[in-house]
Amino acid sequence: MLLSLREATVRFGGRAVLDAVDLDVAEHQVVCVLGPSGSGKSTLLRAVAGLQPLDAGRVLLDGRDQSGVPAHRREVGLMFQDHQLFPQRDVAGNVAFGPRMRGASRAEQHARTAELLDLVGLPGAARRSVAALSGGEQQRVALARALAPRPRLLMLDEPLGQLDRSLRERLVVELRELFGRLGTTVLAVTHDQGEAFALADRVVVMRDGRIAQSGTPLEVWQRPADAFVARFLGFDNVVEATVVGEAADTPWGKVPVPEDAPQGARTLLVRPAGVRLVPVEEGLRCTVTARTFRGTHVTVHLQPAGAPRLEAACPLRSAPAPGDETGVRFDPAETVVLD
Amino acid sequence: MAGPAAFFAVFFAYPVAAIVARGLETDGTWRFGRIAEVLAQPGIRQVLWFTTWQALVSTALTLLIALPGAYAFARLDFPGKQVLRAVVTVPFVLPTVVVGTAFLALVGRGGLLDELWGVRLDTTVWAILLAHVFFNYAVVVRTVGGLWSQLDPRQEEAARMLGASRLTAWRRVTLPALGPAVAAAALMVFLFTFTSFAVVQILGGPTFSTLEVEIYRQTSQVFDLSTAAVLTLVQFAAVGAVLAVHAWTVRRRESALTLVDPARTARRPRGTGQWALLGGVLATIALLLVLPLAVLVERSLAAPGFGYYRALTREDGGAFLVPPIDAVGNSLRYALAATAIAVVIGGLAAAALARRDAGRLVRGFDALLMLPLGVSAVTVGFGFLIALDEPPLDLRSSWLLVPLAQALVGVPFVVRTMLPVLRAVDGRLREAAAVLGASPWRVWREVDLPLVRRALLIAAGFAFAVSLGEFGATVFIARPDHPTLPVAVARLLGRPGQMNYGQAMALSTILMVVCAVALLVLERLRTDRGGEF
Repeated sequence: MLLSLREATVRFGGRAVLDAVDLDVAEHQVVCVLGPSGSGKSTLLRAVAGLQPLDAGRVLLDGRDQSGVPAHRREVGLMFQDHQLFPQRDVAGNVAFGPRMRGASRAEQHARTAELLDLVGLPGAARRSVAALSGGEQQRVALARALAPRPRLLMLDEPLGQLDRSLRERLVVELRELFGRLGTTVLAVTHDQGEAFALADRVVVMRDGRIAQSGTPLEVWQRPADAFVARFLGFDNVVEATVVGEAADTPWGKVPVPEDAPQGARTLLVRPAGVRLVPVEEGLRCTVTARTFRGTHVTVHLQPAGAPRLEAACPLRSAPAPGDETGVRFDPAETVVLD
Repeated sequence: MAGPAAFFAVFFAYPVAAIVARGLETDGTWRFGRIAEVLAQPGIRQVLWFTTWQALVSTALTLLIALPGAYAFARLDFPGKQVLRAVVTVPFVLPTVVVGTAFLALVGRGGLLDELWGVRLDTTVWAILLAHVFFNYAVVVRTVGGLWSQLDPRQEEAARMLGASRLTAWRRVTLPALGPAVAAAALMVFLFTFTSFAVVQILGGPTFSTLEVEIYRQTSQVFDLSTAAVLTLVQFAAVGAVLAVHAWTVRRRESALTLVDPARTARRPRGTGQWALLGGVLATIALLLVLPLAVLVERSLAAPGFGYYRALTREDGGAFLVPPIDAVGNSLRYALAATAIAVVIGGLAAAALARRDAGRLVRGFDALLMLPLGVSAVTVGFGFLIALDEPPLDLRSSWLLVPLAQALVGVPFVVRTMLPVLRAVDGRLREAAAVLGASPWRVWREVDLPLVRRALLIAAGFAFAVSLGEFGATVFIARPDHPTLPVAVARLLGRPGQMNYGQAMALSTILMVVCAVALLVLERLRTDRGGEF
């Protein structure tokens, strides 16, 4: 393992921000830590970088314990949330900083800078002032700067957080391709599940300083570990349920579940696509409270009598209007019984 | 942190304590009864009363005259603003001896007003008050105006949109934001005028005497050390109280205000009101700040063919063992050494104070650093003489004694200038450098130093200017054959005759030019987040 955390713990004034976290990152792997703000994901990066001392546990790089190794000797790269480019240096000065600190010759620095600026798509920007760069360009320079000293592990803190949506979606693809090509080992943190799923080989969901779930993007998306993860991923149709055989008893009535579903008192998730709208008399009776246009479909918010709200995804053409009455049936293929 | 603390312990606390002890202790017993005795003397009460009320009136007068100026410099855009900002700052860094001399030339015997209309003010308190306004105008303009220019005008606009009139918006939004800065400026002015020495010494005559002047008189003329010690303690207590209030207002001022680039808030004056205000401000600056200096220069040129200046180069057997012009070289040498000391000590202190994890103790040190500005310079000077006279600290015969005393006054300026800039350096920039492989020392050199270089130069410049002008302590410890400029001016003024008076004017002019040049160089380096002086 390139990076291992063993029961890593950080406390701020008695509160555990990182609570005995175990995490492994293999070489050439891209791991994304996903969590709401305050879940301890930035602290995790700072602990690995050596900027935040651990109160307990260990950080291992290449199997070697890093306690006592200061940040500047760990040979890990960290791209900060708001980039933190050095304002008094130009683009080349920023990119060459790492190699210079590691004692590279002037010619090496120059070659490395040119190489990286090419790589991030900013050839010829070397002499520009960092203050004159757009947000997307700053992000590229920050990436070039972090990669320049050839870190063993590259860490990204909310790498695309401040960019606008279209740019973000384009850059995610670019980053993914770049890391694949270079074989870089990456540990990134983000609160945006779209970003995490697009970027990562493995997703780690954090909650209150602990790891709530870890798996491939597909695994996590298909089978969220618990109600918290499901809700964090944007699923709102989550209720307590009692599963008996192939049906679950819920506030919404009987909901069919897959045949191999675990039995007993469980949490049930119905994906919006599994909430089918049918004529009023054929299913659970609901009032439409709102609808939100999502581009490819419409999210319809439904209020059943005496039960939690439901979200349904339905095609643009057949979406009912607010105030309409409709019936609802559930699709077992889109229903997940959480452990 | 240990360095600055040790410096202040040895060169400030120890001498002051030594002189207080000398005055109040005999044969191992403390005579605290002396405090009550001294304070009961009518003459001393007179001095206390005068010191307090002249400081209060000076402060009120300075605010009244300088606040419109602060507004003009903050919110109005007019040609020559940069130069004018430097011009109004010149008096503040001018040696107080020069300030006194300049006002003497304007309102004193044989002064400009005397010649024109036969008006003399040097026997009245007005000369002192006006000199204090002259000296402190820049404190208000820079402290209040500096913040004012960075207040977002959109805050007022937001209030206007919510239905507030122009005046109400100013009163409800801008004034509360400025309040702490006005209070801080007022406290600084009070502090400077409360401890005023050379100005009162020169303009006050026998009638008016502040605590500081009285301490000097008791120490060097009456040789009543116990009275001087009591007065030092009284001044110390008063200054301590003022500084505590100052520290409190500064903390409030650092509360979250949204600040913007000053360049975006200033506009050309519009309407008669703003033009009239600008005109008034410019007239005030011309009459109150420029005129006294101009008169000083004019008087220094009164003798044909630069007679007074040429006289400076001649050896005279009187109070000087050397030609007065030698004082220029002495002053420059001492001030450079003092600047070096002040920058090192002040820089270390500021770096320690700027740390985010600085504890209560360290932050308390922040306020202590200001004490030398308020504690009687005369006491410090005399304390140096009696405290630093035995091994391992026998510095009596060392030339270093003068720069050390001057550095004490320079350090607060260095700290005040460096601290906001150091605090503004984003800690994550340092982390970014560390992650890229920079050791802590490299981080400081590569990240901090480039960002604070200009502030460091400005701090050095201020330290240089105040060292150059330091009088109260220097007058005690400068050796007779090595006078500094302010000391030489004071000696010349103390002797009768037109020639001495003219030479004092000439020497003051030289001192003023040196200070002004240093300041104009600094003004070009001004940072947006420069300190408050």
